[in-house]
Amino acid sequence: MTTTKGSVTGVNGNMVTVRVDGTVSMNEVAYIVLGDKRLKAEVIRVRGDLVQTQVFEITKGIQVGTPAEFSGEMLAVELGPGLLGKIYDGLQNPLPEVALKTGYFLEPGVYLDALPRDTKWQWSPSVKPGDQVERADTLGTVPEGAFTHRVMVPFNLFDSYTVKSVKPAGSYSVKDEMAVLEDSKGVSHAVSMMFEWPVKRAVDCYAERLKPTEPMVTKNRIIDTFFPVAKGGTYCIPGPFGAGKTVLQQVTSRNADVDIVIIAACGERAGEVVETLKEFPELLDPRTGKSLMERTIIVCNTSSMPVAAREASVYTAVTMAEYYRQMGLDVLLLADSTSRWAQAMREMSGRLEEIPGEEAFPAYLESVIASFYERAGIVSLKSGEKGSVTIGGTVSPAGGNFEEPVTQATLKVVGAFHGLSRERSDARKYPAIHPLESWSKYKGIMDLPWVEWAHWYLERGSEVGQMMKVVGEEGTSLDDFLVYLKGEYLDAVYLQQNSFDPIDASVSPERQKAMFAKVVRVLGSSFDFKDKEAARSWFNRLRQMFLDMNSLEWGSDAFKAADKDLVSFAADRSIGLDTKAARILESLE
Amino acid sequence: MKKVYSRIESITGNVIAVKALDVAYGELAEVQTRFGMSLAEVIRLDEGLVSLQVFAGGRGISTGDEVRFLGNPMRVSFSDALKGRIFTGAGEPRDKGPALSENLIPIGGPSVNPVNRIIPREMIRTGIPMIDLFNTLVKSQKLPIFSVSGEPYNQLLARIAMQAEVDLIVLGGMGLKYDDYLFFKDTLEEGGALQNTVMFVHTAADPVVECLMVPDISLAVAERFALKGLNVLVLLTDMTNFADSLKEISITQEQVPSNRGYPGDLYSQLASRYEKAVDFADSGSITVLAVTTMPGDDVTHPVPDNTGYITEGQFYLKGGRIEPFGSLSRLKQQVNGKTRADHRAIMDGMIKLFAAYRDTLEKKSMGFQMSAWDQKLLKYGELFEKEMMDLSVNIPLEKALDKGWEILASCFEPQETGLQSKLTEQFWPKG
Repeated sequence: MTTTKGSVTGVNGNMVTVRVDGTVSMNEVAYIVLGDKRLKAEVIRVRGDLVQTQVFEITKGIQVGTPAEFSGEMLAVELGPGLLGKIYDGLQNPLPEVALKTGYFLEPGVYLDALPRDTKWQWSPSVKPGDQVERADTLGTVPEGAFTHRVMVPFNLFDSYTVKSVKPAGSYSVKDEMAVLEDSKGVSHAVSMMFEWPVKRAVDCYAERLKPTEPMVTKNRIIDTFFPVAKGGTYCIPGPFGAGKTVLQQVTSRNADVDIVIIAACGERAGEVVETLKEFPELLDPRTGKSLMERTIIVCNTSSMPVAAREASVYTAVTMAEYYRQMGLDVLLLADSTSRWAQAMREMSGRLEEIPGEEAFPAYLESVIASFYERAGIVSLKSGEKGSVTIGGTVSPAGGNFEEPVTQATLKVVGAFHGLSRERSDARKYPAIHPLESWSKYKGIMDLPWVEWAHWYLERGSEVGQMMKVVGEEGTSLDDFLVYLKGEYLDAVYLQQNSFDPIDASVSPERQKAMFAKVVRVLGSSFDFKDKEAARSWFNRLRQMFLDMNSLEWGSDAFKAADKDLVSFAADRSIGLDTKAARILESLE
Repeated sequence: MKKVYSRIESITGNVIAVKALDVAYGELAEVQTRFGMSLAEVIRLDEGLVSLQVFAGGRGISTGDEVRFLGNPMRVSFSDALKGRIFTGAGEPRDKGPALSENLIPIGGPSVNPVNRIIPREMIRTGIPMIDLFNTLVKSQKLPIFSVSGEPYNQLLARIAMQAEVDLIVLGGMGLKYDDYLFFKDTLEEGGALQNTVMFVHTAADPVVECLMVPDISLAVAERFALKGLNVLVLLTDMTNFADSLKEISITQEQVPSNRGYPGDLYSQLASRYEKAVDFADSGSITVLAVTTMPGDDVTHPVPDNTGYITEGQFYLKGGRIEPFGSLSRLKQQVNGKTRADHRAIMDGMIKLFAAYRDTLEKKSMGFQMSAWDQKLLKYGELFEKEMMDLSVNIPLEKALDKGWEILASCFEPQETGLQSKLTEQFWPKG
């Protein structure tokens, strides 16, 4: 806490102007002292002795003359063991603990410790007195759920240090002094298991940033096969409301093949977070066999919570993601929705009376979005291990129109684009990722040429479908009609996936490959049908068999029986296989 | 006693400014004008200058009028005496009953802590197949009715109000035509529901600032009743008028508009109201149904667009019917797995076929030859529109499901429906 104090001279929504008597720094945390409540605020503009702050709470009741205090610190989060399984608001307030204190409602001015101070952790030291260490080097470890949590030299110690003393193995809490480090000038620094890091600064304690190449499996067919995401990559899911952005995010948060998932519910419905909150503790993580909640952190600043904290919430989330990456873990950050975050910036920009850019978004919108997504990445640590932060953000474009500024700024910086379409969701084709508009620059679980080959049927099938609308079915050749049916077939049995079916909701890469092979065999086959009606009803039957099979457990007897039926049914009508399909099948089977 | 200020520095639209000290943001004041007393709310503090939004509007205010600060934010009286009463947006009686002043509660209170929420678990039956079967309404849901002027949205709202099983109805009217206000009053009275209704009505003739108060005041009252264990249904009509009032005020305040003149915080403003919908674990609940009229039937207009991102789905009322496309209840999955084994399959299957019917209809209108499959779809679509979509159909969910199978069986073979074989074996009508 610095000695700078001030008093309020103006209030406009959540922007409060304060006249100060000393030095202040940009983005410093201030408190407006309202009776016995201290409302947290952030300095966002300094003009002479007038400082404008955005207050993270409802500002009702503030008067001209209300005192303010300045902390001298930037907005920061606590990092240390105990983050996993927690539910925080945008400022890292633990919401369950807040609920115990204030009941049903979120009362302003209540700030609690992010990390529980009384939990004891089983410490095993990794260094001994005399060792040389630098920032982010491991001092010791504690078990946290299924992970070995590394207690590191705080990232804000920039010198190199000699370990003077270190606590022996035993049980300690986060605030206990675990080691004393001496810097090059001979000054001692006491270090505990936790430290703070400012949220708006990227953690940069790695050796090198690498190119994302390894696929991050989501167990979602259309993503893994057609529009894959790589570990350390970025992707965005824009879509109009009701197209299934949030369901897609929820399914991904359950099934993604990563160590840790951080969910940033940013300015969205509280109800959606509740589903995650209540269901995750019951679900098991197939990787560790423990509760899914133990690998999850939820940062939740829903739409009716104060808007300034919404702006902070995505940074809070990404900072925690970067922290776990330093332990050599793969972290997935799901931000829903980045548009709400952008809108929070717009609200503040309006109050600051900045000159507006497109749709009144601030001119710095693009650079802010870019620098947020750039905090993703796969890195090699000094120890040689790899860790990654993958960021997936939903975008809620106004009117479902992808031409708007937030979508456009996001598309410039992400590596994969999963565009959801109203047309597909209206037709109940879920996930409503549009197969012709979406793209990915990453390598997935299948070879690119196979995917491109299959994708051709979607493109051509859709063209024929469009054409049929003009010339009618009678004006379409049987060959074209077959391509259309094949495209529809691929769409129905492979691209669409029922996330409410316990089996179909998550499909392993192994099963995806096997099912993809079955689809390829049909796509690449020539058939002999006497007319379009015969072709359509045969494909209807085939589709039905495939869909029934999609909800059967992989490898079960029922599955094998259904598989046998499907294979013989398909073989009956087939009169040949094209050479490309044959080659794909050779490598797949 | 607070000081009285008798010098108004500026008057812009409905906003006046006075030089005053010791005034809190959000505080109320009384403005004494030649037409009587009006409430006003502090919306901005800048050094010594206090800007106030006058509920009765700025018209006729003189720079010499008196402003007296009350030392408290906007409040409303809360007690069982509210039941059966009708008030204005400022909380004054609109019926002939007495003004209420005991047990004042603040409005626009803080948000519910997300961890205290529970997963919605109970459906609200309405007897309308397009809702019960295809887009089930769930307790604690917030759902708008998207519509255009001229559609019977208030009739639909009133019918849901009468048929839905809830303990209390809070009706918030914004910019209501006087006729519509009387329609609600009469319908609820005739149905015997007025005793379990509280109405806060702002009519089109009332000052615009009062319109802004209606959702907050309605929801504050609903919240208190819910905390006392009641299941409350809040009906808000029409939220587009609310948004337009926001627009009017913010433009007068010289705020930078974001989209078609609406303020940049439109989303947050709407969300903080809709998010009041809640199911308190060991107490009552609030369900919100709100009408949003779409200017020009344009769903991408900022008001329906922002609303759609906030609410848990929407009913799309068009041509006097709830459209299956564009309508969505996001919470239906929470409850429709527990009703009947065929509920979800019928819901998805019938809509997929109906989508195919619409495609066929398009082809037909362009004069193409109809295949045998097209003929089947045409028959199906007509039956669906008549037996399911028509708003006069009033049957419980189970009957609606049976009817669904009947319609399918009269048009298709089981394997043509895309429904799982084990379901068609069980439910396909025999004979």
